Amino acid sequence: MTPPPLTAPPPADPAAAAAAATDAILHDTLHSTRRGVVVDSPPGAGKSTLVVRAARELAAAGRRLMIVAQTNAQVDDLVLRLAAKDPDLPVGRLHSSEPAAHDPALAALPAVRTSARIADLADRDIVVSTAAKWAYTKVEEPWRHAIVDEAYQMRSDALLGVAGLFERALFVGDPGQLDPFSVVGADQWAGLSYDPSASAVATLLAHNPDLPQHRLPVSWRLPASAAPLVSSAFYPYTPFRSGTGPGDRRLAFGVRGDGSPVDRVLDEAAASGWGLLELPARHTPRTDPEAVGALARVVRRLLDRGGAATSEQADAPEPLTAARIAVGTAHRDQAAAVRAALAGLGVSGVTVDTANRLQGREFDVTVVLHPLSGRPDATAFHLETGRLCVLASRHRHACIVVCRAGVTDLLDEHPATEPVQLGVTVKFPDGWEANHSVMAHLSEHRVVG
Amino acid sequence: MPLIETLARMEAVAAGRARPLTTVRHRHLAEHPLVLVPLTTSGEAGAPLGALVGTDREKPRLLTVPQPRDRDLRFGFLAELAEAVLPYVDGFADDIAYEERKETDPESGKQVPVQVELCTDAPQLIVPSAAGVAYVRLLGRSMRFRRTAEQDPEAPHPAPPHVPLLGRWFTHFGERARVPGACLLLSMTGLLTRHWATGQSALEDQHLAALLAWIDPPPGVPAQQAAEFAEAARDADGQLHCPPAGPATDPAFDNRLLAPAMARYDAGVPGAAQEIAALVESRLRPTWDAVWQGVDLLRALPEGARVADRWKRDRWSYTSHRDRIRAGEPPQPRQDDAVTAARKLASRETAQALLDAQEALDDPLVMAGRRLAGEAFRGTVTEVEMAYSKGRRPMPRPVVTLRTGDRPQLDAGGRLHRALDGGRTQTAEFVAYGPGGDPGTLLIRLTGGMGRGRTPEPGSVPEPGDALCWTLFEHAPRGGPALPEPEDTPWTHGGPPPAPGDAPSAAPDPVTPEDYL
Repeated sequence: MTPPPLTAPPPADPAAAAAAATDAILHDTLHSTRRGVVVDSPPGAGKSTLVVRAARELAAAGRRLMIVAQTNAQVDDLVLRLAAKDPDLPVGRLHSSEPAAHDPALAALPAVRTSARIADLADRDIVVSTAAKWAYTKVEEPWRHAIVDEAYQMRSDALLGVAGLFERALFVGDPGQLDPFSVVGADQWAGLSYDPSASAVATLLAHNPDLPQHRLPVSWRLPASAAPLVSSAFYPYTPFRSGTGPGDRRLAFGVRGDGSPVDRVLDEAAASGWGLLELPARHTPRTDPEAVGALARVVRRLLDRGGAATSEQADAPEPLTAARIAVGTAHRDQAAAVRAALAGLGVSGVTVDTANRLQGREFDVTVVLHPLSGRPDATAFHLETGRLCVLASRHRHACIVVCRAGVTDLLDEHPATEPVQLGVTVKFPDGWEANHSVMAHLSEHRVVG
Repeated sequence: MPLIETLARMEAVAAGRARPLTTVRHRHLAEHPLVLVPLTTSGEAGAPLGALVGTDREKPRLLTVPQPRDRDLRFGFLAELAEAVLPYVDGFADDIAYEERKETDPESGKQVPVQVELCTDAPQLIVPSAAGVAYVRLLGRSMRFRRTAEQDPEAPHPAPPHVPLLGRWFTHFGERARVPGACLLLSMTGLLTRHWATGQSALEDQHLAALLAWIDPPPGVPAQQAAEFAEAARDADGQLHCPPAGPATDPAFDNRLLAPAMARYDAGVPGAAQEIAALVESRLRPTWDAVWQGVDLLRALPEGARVADRWKRDRWSYTSHRDRIRAGEPPQPRQDDAVTAARKLASRETAQALLDAQEALDDPLVMAGRRLAGEAFRGTVTEVEMAYSKGRRPMPRPVVTLRTGDRPQLDAGGRLHRALDGGRTQTAEFVAYGPGGDPGTLLIRLTGGMGRGRTPEPGSVPEPGDALCWTLFEHAPRGGPALPEPEDTPWTHGGPPPAPGDAPSAAPDPVTPEDYL
């Protein structure tokens, strides 16, 4: 006899499961007696949709709301989403006094007012700005409610600067993405509950361990081929699933492959959702010319072969255009080298950026330079779980990784040697483990280049 | 590691000698630094074994503890150390100048200029290695909460006079040493590795003698051989020719020489204390001489133009700690509260950005590294086209075309900075690459540094043929927004910390009640 489950099993239908989670979050946000609610969201689980919905419901309930995001791009994106959902909602966009401080598209929205001074926005139901700008703001009386977006990417000291502005808050973020960092050492505070270099959520929960915590259970972005790997490699204790089934997304090419390694890896990725183009083992500078060239050729062939993506979002297959492809790297100089190589092959319009800047973005196909490719050592930077997680979770259809052979050996030669700090919660999985599980999966989709 | 440093290390291997990373000295070097070479007892944290200390390289003061587990002897050592260090530290306290500073008037709330004291110079401590800096911090922590009989007649084990005060100064030096570019407490290995690249690993560079072997090898000996000798060569008795720079000692020394001598001391053998002193001095003296050799090497480099500016910040730091001690404030707390920790982190991040910018501006070799990393570029002006901003008051916004062989990582609208004469800075923004996206031609629009008028100030707009160096980073980065006062710490960070008066802030460690560290 099996014991009865302690809680009701999650609904089998992903949409129903997601709706149930959202309802519980909104109920706690509006009615909980606690000062904070924390929501963990895996990649593409509808975090922005949740923020927009929570903002509208809080505004409808008559609570003046401030929204704190981390970058100006995130703030502009949120304002555009709010206006798209409800064009009459009076929204304020607080911005810095630098020139071109916000997206010019905001000027066309009738209910949105932009200003560098909070006094100009006193009559707005919702005011959105970055944490950095909010920290310069003084208020007579704290705001009733706040939403802190990308709270896991916010540093504890940034929250310290703005937490006095609001009474209660909804904290939303993705715990698997890149942790905030400091360019100077902060070891002296490691283990303190308010370590200023830790994430805002870590500090918040250390001081308020009994706050309601929720998570979104379904990734709408990741295809059925990717969600299990990303979930088990990066979120082993908080699994999630994909919103679409195995046959719901398809990638096909109009032109047959020519048998070259690049074309074979494209075919593998189209069929399975993953492709690993493995170059011969070699220690290289960061901007490895062969790897950069391979990345550029993969993108060139993706476009040349007339890719078409079938998904639940459209009735007919949609052409895979440059705008729906991204190249991800670990370092800025690598991104610059890829841009130059793409320009050399006559490709334009493809997004090429570092993991940090690709956070929160979504594409049909991503082409990734593995952070450990060609390296003689595995530093904490390159092993960081979040970096690989961001790079491996931006795609709706397929992800192609370009890498030098020998990464698993490199990992084995560099076990984690960071000192254990008392009082610091050990983060699972560590980058070493996550890198190994991703490589183990990718090796099943390997094409030797 | 930056690419240019990798290159320098490879060149060092090929040349068999360290390669310079800089053309000038980027750290302040006092005329009379206080050198401190400490040794610690293995197996017991914070139990000093001995030290050489002083400002005169010919006459170091030797302090030793014949039995480090004896707390009375340890206190005796610390009292002697305080006697050697505090007169030097206090020696800078009364030579002052006045500076004008803006302070908030408590009554009106306005910013008003006030005259404040600033010491004209400050003490500088040099220890051999990074472990020595950590040891100064440890000694500071172990001393600053002690009470002297004068402070507290009831204290069960009163500390000798001045020991708590030395603890507070060591703590201050140790904290200040965490600020990038600060020079109150420096390690010689840190100083040398900033200015030279060797052909060995960063870990090996922590060995002062091996590092010096690369930078200044004995005549006729390849550096690698000299470094290996310094690290590993032992004599017939199994003792290292070059003892480690400490504070840790070599186990062979501990086992074969020190332990028998201590056993003789414990047994009351006459002359055993002198024997231990001689043994300890024999381990300290080579390191003492090595530190001074490093000082000589660094003195041969001219000082960077902006080093004095950063040293002034150290003088402020020294002056304000002097004021806190004079005002009778309690010692630094065991742990920073949330607001203090965040403030320290923010100020150190600003200091790091400032240091990186100033080193590059002071030194073409450092700037070359930034150019190689795409964070700066040098170019020759080929064309200047006058233009004006739109708006009620048009301002000059000339577009300058430059030819460059560098490959800066520019985004459209990206800000650029250039140092002008007199410490001023000109700003510009990147407009576009040349015709056909040629990355060797850059169009930039000047946005500042031309005065307030409609006509640019003479000489403020470059002319064709001028060679300019633009950076993508700011030259004088500003700090971030102010944080709340500690008593306003929000609920997300645990609320306000207990005030000094109303709570047992010095609660003992739950496991070891006698431990107040």
